[in-house]
Amino acid sequence: MSSRVESVIDAARATGRGVLVGYLPAGFPDVQTSIDALIALAESGVDIIELGVPYSDPVMDGVVIQRATNAALETGFRLTDLFEIIRSVSAKTDTPILVMTYWNPVVQYGINRFANDLKEAGGVGLITPDLIPDEASEWIAASDAHGLDRVFLAAPSSTDERLVSAITSSRGFVYAVSTMGITGARADVDIAARSLVERLEGLGAKRVCVGVGISAAEHVRSVTGYASGAIVGSHLVSALTEGGPEGVARATSELAAGLRAEHPSRLNPSKGPQ
Amino acid sequence: MSLRAELGPYFGEYGGRFVPEALIAALDELDAAYTVSKTDAVFQAELSELHRSYTGRPSIITEASRFAALAGGARILLKREDLNHTGSHKINNVLGQALLAKRLGKTRLIAETGAGQHGVATATAAALMGMSCVVYMGEVDTERQALNVARMKLLGAEVVPVVHGSRTLKDAINEAMRDWVANVANTHYLLGTVAGPHPFPVMVRDFHSIIGNEARDQLLETEGRLPTAVVACVGGGSNAMGIFHAFLDDDVALIGYEAAGDGIDTPRHAATLQKGRPGVLHGAKTYVLQDEDGQTIESHSISAGLDYPGIGPEHAWLKDSGRATYVGISDAQAMQGMMDLSRTEGIIPAIETAHALAGALDLARTLSPSDIILVNLSGRGDKDMETAARYFGFLKDAE
Repeated sequence: MSSRVESVIDAARATGRGVLVGYLPAGFPDVQTSIDALIALAESGVDIIELGVPYSDPVMDGVVIQRATNAALETGFRLTDLFEIIRSVSAKTDTPILVMTYWNPVVQYGINRFANDLKEAGGVGLITPDLIPDEASEWIAASDAHGLDRVFLAAPSSTDERLVSAITSSRGFVYAVSTMGITGARADVDIAARSLVERLEGLGAKRVCVGVGISAAEHVRSVTGYASGAIVGSHLVSALTEGGPEGVARATSELAAGLRAEHPSRLNPSKGPQ
Repeated sequence: MSLRAELGPYFGEYGGRFVPEALIAALDELDAAYTVSKTDAVFQAELSELHRSYTGRPSIITEASRFAALAGGARILLKREDLNHTGSHKINNVLGQALLAKRLGKTRLIAETGAGQHGVATATAAALMGMSCVVYMGEVDTERQALNVARMKLLGAEVVPVVHGSRTLKDAINEAMRDWVANVANTHYLLGTVAGPHPFPVMVRDFHSIIGNEARDQLLETEGRLPTAVVACVGGGSNAMGIFHAFLDDDVALIGYEAAGDGIDTPRHAATLQKGRPGVLHGAKTYVLQDEDGQTIESHSISAGLDYPGIGPEHAWLKDSGRATYVGISDAQAMQGMMDLSRTEGIIPAIETAHALAGALDLARTLSPSDIILVNLSGRGDKDMETAARYFGFLKDAE
């Protein structure tokens, strides 16, 4: 059976489009505003929510997300807030919520307990930027036991062997890192992304979303021309910082417009749903 | 089984690789090059020659009789890593990794630094080998170690103050990792301690194991016996692993002295092994000072070099197994140790090292004159003169 994330991706593909995955950190600028912003995200055209857990040592993140997650921690964000936020948002929208978290908070909370509470709150799985499949046996067992998705990352530098490991270990989609770098808006989305997606698909990946550096509708349009979806983070965090939940709604609508443009490749029957 | 044979990536349940996938290829490449270098006679000869003619190895052993007399118990012998070029043990690892980086065709070295000793050593190696160098240093540390910032700049390195997070060593490591992810094609991250993802903990330990190997031979030659105890200060744990490793399989007590800051029962300390609990930080599973949610807690120590909320995974393993013991030394005890050694032996130690000296005196009191304590004198104190002058009120006297 497909997971909810997989169904959303497959349904979008059936209509000839890719998905938009939108990232915001939990508890920024405060718990209530973050709930409002996440709902705005869902209502304005995001297909999958990526909800970030603020962490003291975020090695994959650029300054925009660092500032936001630091601010959330400074205002007293706790892991219990994460589950409250998921509960509140999933009561208002069907958009699936994947949690993006560095590994230590999960280890300290208890891997099984985290999986259990995530499921109970209405979350659908985890994206784990500093957990590679090689170190993930406990999480793989816990996510299987609780029916949760697990999204591992693939990088342009990954060997084919490692890509296969990311593909077979992931459920939901594989997160293709567009470039060798950290999160943050970039003028151009690297050509490395297209080649990485091609390699992943060639090795059997059914759903690949591309993230890191995507900040404009034209990026979304170009990325969803060859991948299942585009992941946008820092750009939305900036929108929230500057314009609150309304700013997030505006930015999301603009990004989602990139999905509506026609893709000749999507209309080609040979590239239909797998 | 020999404890010395441990090759990683795991030490018991500790170690591993908890890093973004984008770094795995670089870690694999480094691991492969490092493994080859261990049995490569050309590499080993090149490194030995650098140690002999550049670092000034082997470092000597000095008996600190007048210092030991303060305790009136065991004899105290000092392994003089402070006499190495650049003033601390850090150069041992830096030269090894820089040679490896060169073999891998990297043209740029990046490093994190706390007290600045590792940054200075990395800038030194970059100058020597004609590589460019960027050192990340927490903004707080650039202020309290301004002299070392100037040294790095004079050596041609770019020093980047890290303004995120707690603006200390742990944030400098985060920033160096971010740089590495983005620039891994031409850049080697020259990590300065036995922490981080595999192969760093084993590789850095091995490059420093020359300290213990030399000291063990030196003691067997001059004393005809092994020491009763081998002691060192512990921040990330590199100088301690360097001197411990040769003695792991011997009947010799191993004691690491952590920074207890204002006191181990206050919130202001860096006693990771005594007050932390297992978790994941900077790419390895190890002990971490953290809150209930796994957020890293800021550490505190008068010595920037011990001011780190994590610890190398091999120390975590040695602690759990009981093979090594870890004890806290407060800021005040360390500063007393610094003054004691200066005034009894004419040797000014780094404040980091002073933790081990204060611990050695405590230990000496419990032993007899037939016992020998071997202390890793990991660094000299020149860099700490401003802190010491302020602490002891010397600046006021001069005014």
